[in-house]
Amino acid sequence: MMRACCRAARGETVSAPSPNTEAAIGGTRRKWTPRITSLWLLVPALGFLAVFFAYPLASIVLRSFDGGASGLTLEHYSTFFTVPVYPRILWQTIEISLLTTILCVLVGYPLAYVMANSSPAVRNVMLLMVMLPFMTSVLVRTYGWMVILRPTGLLNHVAQLFGLPAVELLYNRPGMLIGLVYTMTPYVVLTLYSVMRGIDGRLVAVARSLGASGWSAFWRIYFPLSLPGVAGASLLVFILSSGFYITPRLMGGDRDQLLASIIAYQVDVLLNFEFASAIAVILLAITLVCFGIYARAVGLKQLLTSRT
Amino acid sequence: MKASAGNSIVLDNLWKTYGSFVAVGGVSLSIEAGKFCTILGPSGSGKTTVLMMLAGFSEPLRGNILIDGNDVTRLPPQKRNLGVVFQNYALFPHMTVLGNVAFPLKMRGMNAAEINLKCRQMLDVVELGDFAGRYPGELSGGQQQRVALARALVFEPRVLLMDEPLGALDKRLRAALQVELKELQRRMNVTVVYVTHDQEEALTMADQVVIMNHGKIEQFGTADDLYDRPTTEFVAGFMGDTNLIEGVVTAKGNDGVLRVEHPTGRTILAQNNASSVGDSVSVSLRPECLALEARKDSPTEEANGWNGRIVNAVSLGDAMRYTIVVGENRPSLQIQLQAKLGRRGAHGHRFYPADEVRLSWNANDARVLPRGKR
Repeated sequence: MMRACCRAARGETVSAPSPNTEAAIGGTRRKWTPRITSLWLLVPALGFLAVFFAYPLASIVLRSFDGGASGLTLEHYSTFFTVPVYPRILWQTIEISLLTTILCVLVGYPLAYVMANSSPAVRNVMLLMVMLPFMTSVLVRTYGWMVILRPTGLLNHVAQLFGLPAVELLYNRPGMLIGLVYTMTPYVVLTLYSVMRGIDGRLVAVARSLGASGWSAFWRIYFPLSLPGVAGASLLVFILSSGFYITPRLMGGDRDQLLASIIAYQVDVLLNFEFASAIAVILLAITLVCFGIYARAVGLKQLLTSRT
Repeated sequence: MKASAGNSIVLDNLWKTYGSFVAVGGVSLSIEAGKFCTILGPSGSGKTTVLMMLAGFSEPLRGNILIDGNDVTRLPPQKRNLGVVFQNYALFPHMTVLGNVAFPLKMRGMNAAEINLKCRQMLDVVELGDFAGRYPGELSGGQQQRVALARALVFEPRVLLMDEPLGALDKRLRAALQVELKELQRRMNVTVVYVTHDQEEALTMADQVVIMNHGKIEQFGTADDLYDRPTTEFVAGFMGDTNLIEGVVTAKGNDGVLRVEHPTGRTILAQNNASSVGDSVSVSLRPECLALEARKDSPTEEANGWNGRIVNAVSLGDAMRYTIVVGENRPSLQIQLQAKLGRRGAHGHRFYPADEVRLSWNANDARVLPRGKR
């Protein structure tokens, strides 16, 4: 279907409407072109972006090459890749982001599926439950988890009541993953949900009438059509996780720090702004590479419209 | 691809409710094997619900569905072996035309060579042999509908269910596809159940027509039956246009002709044995059954011969549609009628608004119906 869309977009022979219908709808076919006056409406937003996004970003990129008296330098980047600890943290960041992405999709997909395919009443309740965490601060939610997961917390207390051994799920990798997956899953659910709502339910019905069992109708029809949503959600979660700070910082162990923590450390403690900038640029580069892969595989248009 | 005979279908007292809403309330119907049966009705009449129950997408609250004598009421859709075509075609957008048509064969575990052969044959039947590698998004509406048809027929089902399959197409394409569809049905010898709200489609294709309204069957018969001998006001109005004139039966002749008196005192002679003297009835009078004649003076009015005046004339291209008012002065004592006359041949005379006319009709063309609740 993706391929079909792309071909249509490139203007290859799609349907050839009869001359009559062409003429009849020709008037409304014309594209809307913005006039100069309406472009003025963009000025506040563009101004805001220029001051608070483009300028800081440019200054960070510049600063990452700042060698002080010696002018421009690649020193900060070479430090990053030669001191063993930094590549290790970079790899760890990618690994944890990937793991988070996979877990989020595994948790989010069935949830989004049920939501997209249930009655409006059930759907609204579920939607509310998924949206609810967004109305609470990340910090508060993270501390909430810490209260539950800490060694003397709720979870271990309950485990003790049932005679189960205590578990360590805080200040280590599992703890961090719990926090990350919890925070990121709503993004997956909402992204997938919007794509799944766009899938015509009759396609599955037709597949069944053509002899497919419910299971095979799902895997051959529904799942392939939901893949753009899976790709979009994965991209979103991967990018968000790779730069996430609060939750990994609070719930992860000292050995499991991510790039964002290192950046904060360089800024807060060592006041090494140039090196922090270089790490930030590396993080940005990872994000751009992900976008590039996504654009090649699915097409950015899909991300913007989130429709099948 | 000549197949064996289609299957007969029997619906036995089917019910379906959504909460307190009765979508289908006791539908019983018997469709002969190999026939083209159209279920006709306005939206919300329950016609699509009947089709969905037949396909197995929706389970009836009560009642049974028999296909070829076998009870399939509780059978899942994939076990019913029926072809289904929807209005929006429901083609799999991520598969090519060939992939779509091959799908039902793959589901039946057929080997690749055989699948390819059958699909090619089927695509040739619907004249889309050159489009096998295209995606549905690259096809026109008519082509997509042909693909949907090919996909629904390639596994040689004995029954084909169609839900307003031509609804999204323009008028000329629809007319062409109607002929093709009928021809295909005859050739493949499949029983077709075809749901539509377009009475013209029912007239051109169907062997049997079912008219549904409010979840119930109003009438069942051939298209001509329903058009010429409707049994309810709804059927008379739904199958084509008609004039409904109120009245009371005052006399019944031996030849089955009834005398109906309109509140203004005018009389109508009309057919139908089902009504008896004293009944409040409506007389259905098709616009094309009215004869018009220019008049200068005002001859005495008689049964089936009234004096009227043209108030509106609209050209339909091949015919004229006139609105005629009978009876002067008070609107409450007036009868408004539509007449449709060909513009060529015997009816060549053209009338204009304000023309005085004498209108008449044959008692056999007027039909007495029980008065519906209003």
